[in-house]
Amino acid sequence: MTEVLVLVEHTGGDVKKVTFELLTLARSLGEPAAVAIGDVSDDVVASLAAGGADTIYVASGSEYDDHVVAPKVSALQSAMAASGAAGVLVPATAEGKEIAARLAVRSGSGIITDAVGVASGFVAEQSVFGGSTLVHSSVTTGTPIIAVRPNSVAAEATAGAGRRVDLDVTVTDADRAAKVTERVAQEKAGRPELTEAAIVVSGGRGVGSPDGFGVVEALADALGAAVGASRAATDAGWYPHQFQVGQTGKTVSPQLYIANGISGAIQHRAGMQTSKTIMAVNKDPEAPIFDLVDFGVVGDLHTVLPQLTEEVTRRKG
Amino acid sequence: MCVKQVPDSWAEKKLNPADNTLDRDAADAVVNELDEYAVEEALQIQERLGGPDECQVTVLTVGPDKAIESVRKGLQMGAGDGVHVVDDAIHGSDALATSAILAAAIERLAPDLVLMGSESTDARMSVVPAMVAERTGRPQLTFAGKVDIADGTVTIQRVTDYGYDVVEAPLPALVSVVEKVNEPRYPSFKGIMAAKKKPVETLTLADLGVESGVVGLSGAWSAVQEFAARPPRAAGTVVTDEGDGGAKAADFLSAQKFI
Ligand SMILES: Cc1cc2nc3c(=O)[nH]c(=O)nc-3n(C[C@H](O)[C@H](O)[C@H](O)COP(=O)(O)OP(=O)(O)OC[C@H]3O[C@@H](n4cnc5c(N)ncnc54)[C@H](O)[C@@H]3O)c2cc1C
Ligand SMILES: Nc1ncnc2c1ncn2[C@@H]1O[C@H](COP(=O)(O)O)[C@@H](O)[C@H]1O
Repeated sequence: MTEVLVLVEHTGGDVKKVTFELLTLARSLGEPAAVAIGDVSDDVVASLAAGGADTIYVASGSEYDDHVVAPKVSALQSAMAASGAAGVLVPATAEGKEIAARLAVRSGSGIITDAVGVASGFVAEQSVFGGSTLVHSSVTTGTPIIAVRPNSVAAEATAGAGRRVDLDVTVTDADRAAKVTERVAQEKAGRPELTEAAIVVSGGRGVGSPDGFGVVEALADALGAAVGASRAATDAGWYPHQFQVGQTGKTVSPQLYIANGISGAIQHRAGMQTSKTIMAVNKDPEAPIFDLVDFGVVGDLHTVLPQLTEEVTRRKG
Repeated sequence: MCVKQVPDSWAEKKLNPADNTLDRDAADAVVNELDEYAVEEALQIQERLGGPDECQVTVLTVGPDKAIESVRKGLQMGAGDGVHVVDDAIHGSDALATSAILAAAIERLAPDLVLMGSESTDARMSVVPAMVAERTGRPQLTFAGKVDIADGTVTIQRVTDYGYDVVEAPLPALVSVVEKVNEPRYPSFKGIMAAKKKPVETLTLADLGVESGVVGLSGAWSAVQEFAARPPRAAGTVVTDEGDGGAKAADFLSAQKFI
């Protein structure tokens, strides 16, 4: 059986959930093989084996994280050569897509981004135009390189053979052209990452102020959710830009999305419309967001959310 | 400086059933919003470096005849001249082909700095800048929320999930910007009048030495097989808060097994 490569996302020894989703997807397409690049600890290798990887290609070293994207492309390319892979799956994150883009140029392969599913023969499904149209595409030249959105498939915990293969990678001077000199973390600690979270609770202009986000955060924490924001809220400086959901922000596809004080403009919908279940709280019964919801409450979020948070805490506890 | 003309994101978009490409006639075209941020950043860099005598800003676009409008918009904002690559063979090009054409044009213009948007609002792939960097061998400084140039070195804040990375590279380089980088100016009346006299060079694929077989629909390395309208979501339940809205929402979450 032919191998299907999965680019591993990991930080500080933790493998991200999307990696296990992609390994599950890879198993339906061939033999799942993980490619772990950078600071790869034994824990990372062990959890990849437990998460379904039959082979684990490892390119370890600090230079992968000291330079932008290109060295990782070299590592992935050498995994392609070593495995004769039938296809490559990467997470459709900003960096994942850039790695895929450069790999496509280098390896002479076609690329499909933002897939929400991949069927046998590497037929990718994409949801476009704010979720109104489903497209099926395939790569016609080279090895299919497909960037798949987090939360597209449910990860199944089937352990793999977990054979480790250390890669011999040539990182060129050109790969080292753009140097990372500093990393600055701004994320509020303790919440799941926006694009990976199973539940996202977000707030918009209706939240009213930076302090108003307190009720949104409280609900998110009661549900173990990530916090998102509309552009109106990030533009006003009420919430940091990196939490913006929508066309010019993050695309999220969680099990549950709760929009609070968000009208549901098309640019916002573009970033959340593929969420499995959608809930909204808005004081305007005519708000377009209600066209999308599975459940909606017409009301003031400053009274509805605290009550909901209290109920959630009580029923969970 | 690359700009792209895209269908207005407010307008309804559809695919053309004849060849499964985006039906660009079906929507009003506007400049890709993020590219206005790239134009603005180019103009601000020009100002910092001492004005048009020290630093020229050229707007480059690849696209059909009417894509010239996006070049004009850049000129109205203050860019000095434009380059429009137009060729019938380009219709239906995918990101890989587009990046090859842009790379060829960039090699010809040989600027110290290429500025791009980080994403086009129609394709939303965010891959063209990385592809152009790969093809031209320029250092890739993408997703910049802040750009500084000093002593032949460009330094950016690369926006990440957790915050940002500080990235630096020697010129010549390639930068793509995110929307928080600046606030694009509106063209002034003077700018609009001045733009009419600014030169725009039109280039074909042959001028750039790009073979027409590698671009367009026939040169695409991926293909749409089919598309279909997604069935509309079933209408949900909407309740009005009468002091129990939070509790009813909690009932829904319990029923759906979220709590
Ligand atoms: C090129 C482009 C890209 C864009 N990209 C994005 C993007 O990525 N993400 C994005 O979100 N937007 C984006 N936008 C902006 C988008 O068009 C909308 O302007 C934006 O989404 C509106 O945010 P909002 O829903 O929070 O605000 P509004 O549209 O002002 O809606 C606020 C809502 O809150 C409700 N409300 C007010 N007070 C309360 C209360 N006390 N309790 C309950 N409800 C209340 C109101 O009834 C209203 O429905 C983009 C626009 C453009 C042109
Ligand atoms: N046809 C084009 N002409 C000029 N620039 C383009 C073109 N296509 C893409 N770009 C640039 O590439 C960026 C990212 O586009 P994309 O990868 O399609 O999301 C845009 O913001 C533009 O700067």
